[in-house]
Amino acid sequence: MLDKELRSMIGKVKDGRMDRRAFIQRLAAIGLTAPMANQILAIGGVAMAQSPAAYPPTKRGGGGPLKLLWWQGPTLLNPHFATGTKDQDGSRLFYEPLASWDANGNLNPILAAEIPSIQNGGLAADAKSVTWKIKPGVKWHDGKPLTADDLVFTWAYASDPATAAVSVNTYADMTVEKVDDLTIRILFKNPTPFWANAFVGAYGCIIPKHLFADYKGGKSREAPNNLAPIGTGAYKFVEFKPGDVVRGELNSDYHMPNRPYFDTIEMKGGGDAVSAARAVIQTGEYDFGWNIQVEDDVLLRLEKGGKGKTIYAVGGDIEFIALNFTDPNTEVDGERSSLKTKHPILSDPAVRKALALLVDRESVKKAIYGRAGRTTANYLNGPEQFASKNTSWEFNVEKASKMLDDAGWKVGADGIREKDGKKFKLLYQTSTNGPRQKTQAIVKQACQKAGIDVELKSVVASVFFSSDVANPDTYSKFYADIEEFQIPMTQPDPALHMKRYISGQVATKENKWQGQNFPRYVNKDYDALIAAAETETDPVKRAALYIKCNDLLWQDTVFIPVMHRLKVEAASNTLRPAISGWANETDNIQDWYREA
Amino acid sequence: MSQYILRRLLIAVPSLLGISLVLFVVLALAPGDPFSELATNPNVPPEVQAALRAKFGLDDPIYLRYLSWLNAMLHGDWGFSFVSRMNVDTLILQRLPTTLYVIGSAQILALCVAIPVGVYAATRPYSVFDQIANALAFIGFSLPTFFTGILFILIFSVTLDWLPFVYSTDIKASGFRWVLEMIRQAIMPVMVLGLFQAASMTRFVRSAMLDVIRLDYVTTARAKGLGQAKVIVKHVMRNAMIPVVTLIALQMPAVFGGAIVTEQIFRIPGIGSLLISSILSNDTPVVMAVTFVFACLVVLFNLIADVLYGWLDPRISLR
Repeated sequence: MLDKELRSMIGKVKDGRMDRRAFIQRLAAIGLTAPMANQILAIGGVAMAQSPAAYPPTKRGGGGPLKLLWWQGPTLLNPHFATGTKDQDGSRLFYEPLASWDANGNLNPILAAEIPSIQNGGLAADAKSVTWKIKPGVKWHDGKPLTADDLVFTWAYASDPATAAVSVNTYADMTVEKVDDLTIRILFKNPTPFWANAFVGAYGCIIPKHLFADYKGGKSREAPNNLAPIGTGAYKFVEFKPGDVVRGELNSDYHMPNRPYFDTIEMKGGGDAVSAARAVIQTGEYDFGWNIQVEDDVLLRLEKGGKGKTIYAVGGDIEFIALNFTDPNTEVDGERSSLKTKHPILSDPAVRKALALLVDRESVKKAIYGRAGRTTANYLNGPEQFASKNTSWEFNVEKASKMLDDAGWKVGADGIREKDGKKFKLLYQTSTNGPRQKTQAIVKQACQKAGIDVELKSVVASVFFSSDVANPDTYSKFYADIEEFQIPMTQPDPALHMKRYISGQVATKENKWQGQNFPRYVNKDYDALIAAAETETDPVKRAALYIKCNDLLWQDTVFIPVMHRLKVEAASNTLRPAISGWANETDNIQDWYREA
Repeated sequence: MSQYILRRLLIAVPSLLGISLVLFVVLALAPGDPFSELATNPNVPPEVQAALRAKFGLDDPIYLRYLSWLNAMLHGDWGFSFVSRMNVDTLILQRLPTTLYVIGSAQILALCVAIPVGVYAATRPYSVFDQIANALAFIGFSLPTFFTGILFILIFSVTLDWLPFVYSTDIKASGFRWVLEMIRQAIMPVMVLGLFQAASMTRFVRSAMLDVIRLDYVTTARAKGLGQAKVIVKHVMRNAMIPVVTLIALQMPAVFGGAIVTEQIFRIPGIGSLLISSILSNDTPVVMAVTFVFACLVVLFNLIADVLYGWLDPRISLR
């Protein structure tokens, strides 16, 4: 879309001549996520819609117990140490950020008095600072008031590398200063178009200075409140047994009216996803089951006459097959898949394109993901409306065969293609996981039809996803030709998601395979696009740059996207949870209620 | 006798040291690291991972780590969990009561079923009772607990809706209702586990009894006109119990170690589920502590079994 056109549209929304929703839909049509569209509006000078959540309860409490089932229970309750979403989810019951993302990708104020915008003076036009106002009168669970000092402290705590917080990157490149008791200003070193990162969402939870001040840096582990949180949230901490149960009770001092609805809250951990689905959907023993990754026909069977149902939330998680650009079978300077090599088969773009034609997404969806997946050609996927119009996928064995024929790969006597005496053989690795092994089988079958010999390999997840330098089977070492897994999109902004694949990020022996660019994709154009996007303060141009990044990945077939995965949760028929594909499950826990 | 116990105790110390060394080395060499979840997170820079590794001493050579572990252990410091950053002993003590309650009840159930059934079956070999007991025992230990567990859930929770299948450590009730709820939620796991163990134990008791019941001194006792009950209880059982004691003593550590599969199915927060989740997340201090406690218990109960032999058959301790 033309820059000018967008600007006139922003103007229309400002004047009220165009509906905000219409604007978002128009932008979605050119491949922008709703959160992105909202941010464009925000920087363009239109205040973000503060979608009033439909919340009918008219008084606090009285909802009885809320019983949540997390098949991986939280193991610690400090949001800045959280390994995995289970810990973030548990912490979020008690701690709160300034704002969180709702299902439509809008920012919802929680501890913030309002969402910063250009009109209210919160956003600087040069995108180098944000001013947040805190809601007055908010109290910590121990009665002390929440002030700007707590936010400044949270920043100092998390950004200190010695604290070893997992949120360190969120807070590293900024300074947070106190303006007055209820106002802070975030100063960015560089223009930062995605300003809603610090103090928002899972890593945005604010911790009390008066309880953590002595435990910043090297002593962070010793804080007694790591296991007994005192926050500002809708529920007060009662009990915690790591991996087993977290319990809380209604906070009668909570800062939002009529909230929370439930008198007590319990998060039970352990077990597996299938039995969690059964306890929620079939027997109704629990109200809510987290992350129900179960085959769809099992869920459909449980739902028949059950006491609950599955619910879905659309985010940006993508299951894909990555192609190795380097040779995994040749060792150079003690390193396989070295940048100094070229993949003997996959370095030919025609071959990569042919391979993409052999992934039958429709069958994978039918046989495995069902309602929990959407077929896609994009690596960067947004909410429902998102579809980069420039890309498309198809499953076509004949076309793939022809492309391979043209590329010089002729079918040999044994039915396997070969070129210059080299057989077309691929090693396809992934983590051990039912749906992934089934996908492997589907892809292998199509490849066989096209004369490609595919050897399947599955690696235990704890090894595959580890950063263990000594292990040859990690995804980042990528000692295989192609590999499959999922990368979750942790925030509704593509910056982190897309920056992984610049050439400076290539996983090598030198960086102990910590580089995130595991396909070893090297493309100067891509690097330039990312660099341009990072310094681009104009949100419209910046967005266009990321779409181009996605299209480059697609054109070069760096990834073969298999499935845009949705979040799947189980909920009792009467429960009304507020779930967003852009946030953690408990990120809007204060808005949950039960319909009589 | 005391010399015999002392000798056994002295052997136990080096074996425990050896066990701890093997455990430590195996765990240190095993693949995976405790911060693997951070590796796929683009928000966590490698420096933070490196800082965590350094802070938790993961980059030291194995022998240094072992020595510092041993030193801490001797001072009563069990270390802390990498994953929950909590002291390991607190973590284990939190889980122990549940494990003892559920797995202990299952063991008692197993004994209460196995000894009478095994003894009675042995006194009437190849009778109808014996045949039925044998058939049930074979079925019992052929069916794995994960199968019977799910079967029980489908029957008693899903279809009949009598029992809950998610074990809860905090029941919101007091007094008699609390006791009732505690029993209600433990019925299924205890039955699943107890009957499984009862099955193999019944076979064991039966064959031990059969071995003794045919000996000449039993015939003599009968010939002297002693009653059947007295012969069985006083003359046969005492001797037949020696191998049974071995079996039970060696199973006792399992009571403390938990039953991994059953705990997983019913979400019982016991030692077994702690062990499995710690192994999955590569939480080495917890795995080390749990397995070491387990090793200590095996050694301890072997010792107890040895002492019991001496009591059951004084000839053994004189050797």
